[in-house]
Amino acid sequence: MTYRNRRLAVLACGLAATLAASFAAEAQVSFERLLNADREPENWLNYSSTLDNQRYSRLDQIDTGNVTELELAWVWQARSLEKFEATPLVVDGVLYTVQAPNDVVALDAATGRVFWTYHHEPSPAARTCCGRVNRGLAILGDTLFMGTIDAHLLAIDARSGTLVWDTVVADATQNYSITMSPMVVRDKVMIGTAGGDFATRGQIAAFNVETGKEVWRFYTIPGPGEPGNETWAGDSWRIGGAAVWNTGAYDPETNLAFWGTGNPQPDWDGRERRGDNLYSDSVVALDADTGKLAWHYQFTPHDELDYDSTQPPVLADIVWRGEPRKVMLWANRNGLMYVLDRVTGKFLFGKPYVKVNWMDGFDADGRPQRVPGMLPSPEGTLIRPHVHGAINWAPPSFSPRTGLFYVAHWENSGIMAIEGQFPQSVGINRRQTAMGQVNLEPFFNNDEEAYGVVRAYNTDTLEPAWEFKMTDITWGGVLTTAGDLAFSGGREGYLLGLDARSGELLWRESLGGQINSAPMSYAVDGKQYVAIAAGSALFAFTLRE
Amino acid sequence: MKGFVQTLFLALALGLTAPAPAQHATAFDIEDGGRAFETACAACHGPDGNLIAGIDFRRGVFRRPLTDAEITDIILHGIPNTPMPATPGMSEEQAVRIVAYLRSLPEAFTEPAAVGDAARGREIFAGTGNCLDCHRVAGQGARLGPDLSRIGLDRRVAELELALLDPDAEVQPAHRTFTVTPKRGAPVTGRLLNHDTFTVQLMDDQERLRLFQKSELRDFGFTNSPMPSYRDTLDAQALADVVSYLVSLRGESTP
Repeated sequence: MTYRNRRLAVLACGLAATLAASFAAEAQVSFERLLNADREPENWLNYSSTLDNQRYSRLDQIDTGNVTELELAWVWQARSLEKFEATPLVVDGVLYTVQAPNDVVALDAATGRVFWTYHHEPSPAARTCCGRVNRGLAILGDTLFMGTIDAHLLAIDARSGTLVWDTVVADATQNYSITMSPMVVRDKVMIGTAGGDFATRGQIAAFNVETGKEVWRFYTIPGPGEPGNETWAGDSWRIGGAAVWNTGAYDPETNLAFWGTGNPQPDWDGRERRGDNLYSDSVVALDADTGKLAWHYQFTPHDELDYDSTQPPVLADIVWRGEPRKVMLWANRNGLMYVLDRVTGKFLFGKPYVKVNWMDGFDADGRPQRVPGMLPSPEGTLIRPHVHGAINWAPPSFSPRTGLFYVAHWENSGIMAIEGQFPQSVGINRRQTAMGQVNLEPFFNNDEEAYGVVRAYNTDTLEPAWEFKMTDITWGGVLTTAGDLAFSGGREGYLLGLDARSGELLWRESLGGQINSAPMSYAVDGKQYVAIAAGSALFAFTLRE
Repeated sequence: MKGFVQTLFLALALGLTAPAPAQHATAFDIEDGGRAFETACAACHGPDGNLIAGIDFRRGVFRRPLTDAEITDIILHGIPNTPMPATPGMSEEQAVRIVAYLRSLPEAFTEPAAVGDAARGREIFAGTGNCLDCHRVAGQGARLGPDLSRIGLDRRVAELELALLDPDAEVQPAHRTFTVTPKRGAPVTGRLLNHDTFTVQLMDDQERLRLFQKSELRDFGFTNSPMPSYRDTLDAQALADVVSYLVSLRGESTP
């Protein structure tokens, strides 16, 4: 190439880049795009791809026939020793994720090379119960949103990685923090506060996306004069927990935003907070414009076993027992699985999906019937499930192709619950009680002690259609795809590719670190990728060329 | 907060106006530190302080040697870039009492030696007991069973007696015995080092580190401890002698 030709080529490239830039500048992520994220499966625009939290990808390039051809496309190593819990977003070839606790990173989604990093230095006052973690971002227009462990909500320019605004959601010196990914509905970004194991009062707040100004705030514990306040003895409502630390779901037909709430506090001793303790361990349905409560359902009234209900709500329009229904599916930490009518909040069906001994049935309204004595006691009581539950917070998946509800969870786990104390594991491996960590740890349990499973549940019966059993337990979530695959993993650090219809293991890869997150999928230039965080790194797989 | 105010009041009532150094801690400091540990630390470290790999407070094991002041600083300010958080709102006095509690644990955990002759116990251990066929003490013996160089710090008399009389009664997770039977070949029994959905890692009886793919095994699972019961081979005095010897094994301080 001559010098002149080279110059022309450079000019042409420059022109193309300018055109591309002007095109990209217009291709903002509108709320319409967030709402219809399933129509552009090459992108992953919300925490669970779609606002119904189905965590289902319409991409089908990788399928049951070729999944064995998956190979590593790239690895990105986070400069963090915290658990990597975030699910990335992907927008038009750019992948955004969080390096814990609160650095936003923009990567090229095809190569994993870094465009920029935005560093947030959390206040030294920040206090989290269970790791300085973050579960991900939200986006609208050209702005990314992130909650921080010092309870700020940040808006960050998605192109330049610079701060747009910084709003204090709650007071970090009072033990409030934020670990969940925000949720955007129209012109509002919604976020909840963690800290429910300390003396806090849970809340969900909505902020204007342009200004960061607060629009509404819903307290998950009603104040004096509000219905539900009477379910807290004395002043216990002031510090009763009921935190919100995982993202919600949104239903455009009813304009309702659904949020799961955490345990009441103190966690393992309810003597000072007699009553049902609304709206702890509940799902609350809020009007997205006003934050007003439309309905609630409480999974575990007066909980003394730390059964947070902060699993992401999964919305589906299905034929349920012969009739079309708009349902909410929920695999709860308390060991029970639920089908709720998401328009009315009515309890349709529920049953244990693991060994449960604290309840033995539901009344007509779906209130669990307690087994007497199954509470923390001075001498200790053996209770199932475990303090970390049948599941903790990991996102499940619903595949509209198979109609099955996919959950990764624990089986055979119990706790010795002692009044007012952190419960102790039953079984020889005390490490069960430890929160998920980054590194692989030696594991010595047998099946009687605890193990992890991925199960696909029939939504009519809530019976498993199949099960994939692990040796160690799992803190991982599930992704399903139009290629009829279910991807998941666990503390052993294997990414698993399962047949979504049969549960057969088709492919696996050892990632060398614990999986504490959920898989996701996207495409760049017509090539599908599956990404998962494990240990301190993010891994992307694609089909061999 | 309420608890702290009460504590402070009590401390003032007792005349404890300044934080006492941990080495001169009072019973009150230790008890209060224990309560604070339960609230502030046990969720991650576990009620016995042994849930984080490489750390076991009950046995005085830290990842590196730390002075009281250093531990106090870690409690208050955390360790940057690790999951160990700062504890905003906690007073230095309170952190000092937690240190006092942590320092008291190894002492409270050990006991005076059993009524036996440790020297005679040592002879039995190295001789007719054949203990070194599996166990190791101060660099001598085999690696199949637990290394007993520090067992006097780790186990109480009753636990040691139980281990000698009924070896399967309580086996620590890291010392479980596992047997794999390959589809072709003889069964292999050894100490389980790790296992997962697809593999088993163990130390075989030749002390070789071996990995087995479960898909290539006909059978696998936990088996009883290979340690014999000494119920019929040691009389009461010999048993007391061996236990005394084991209690005397304090190893070196953990690096």
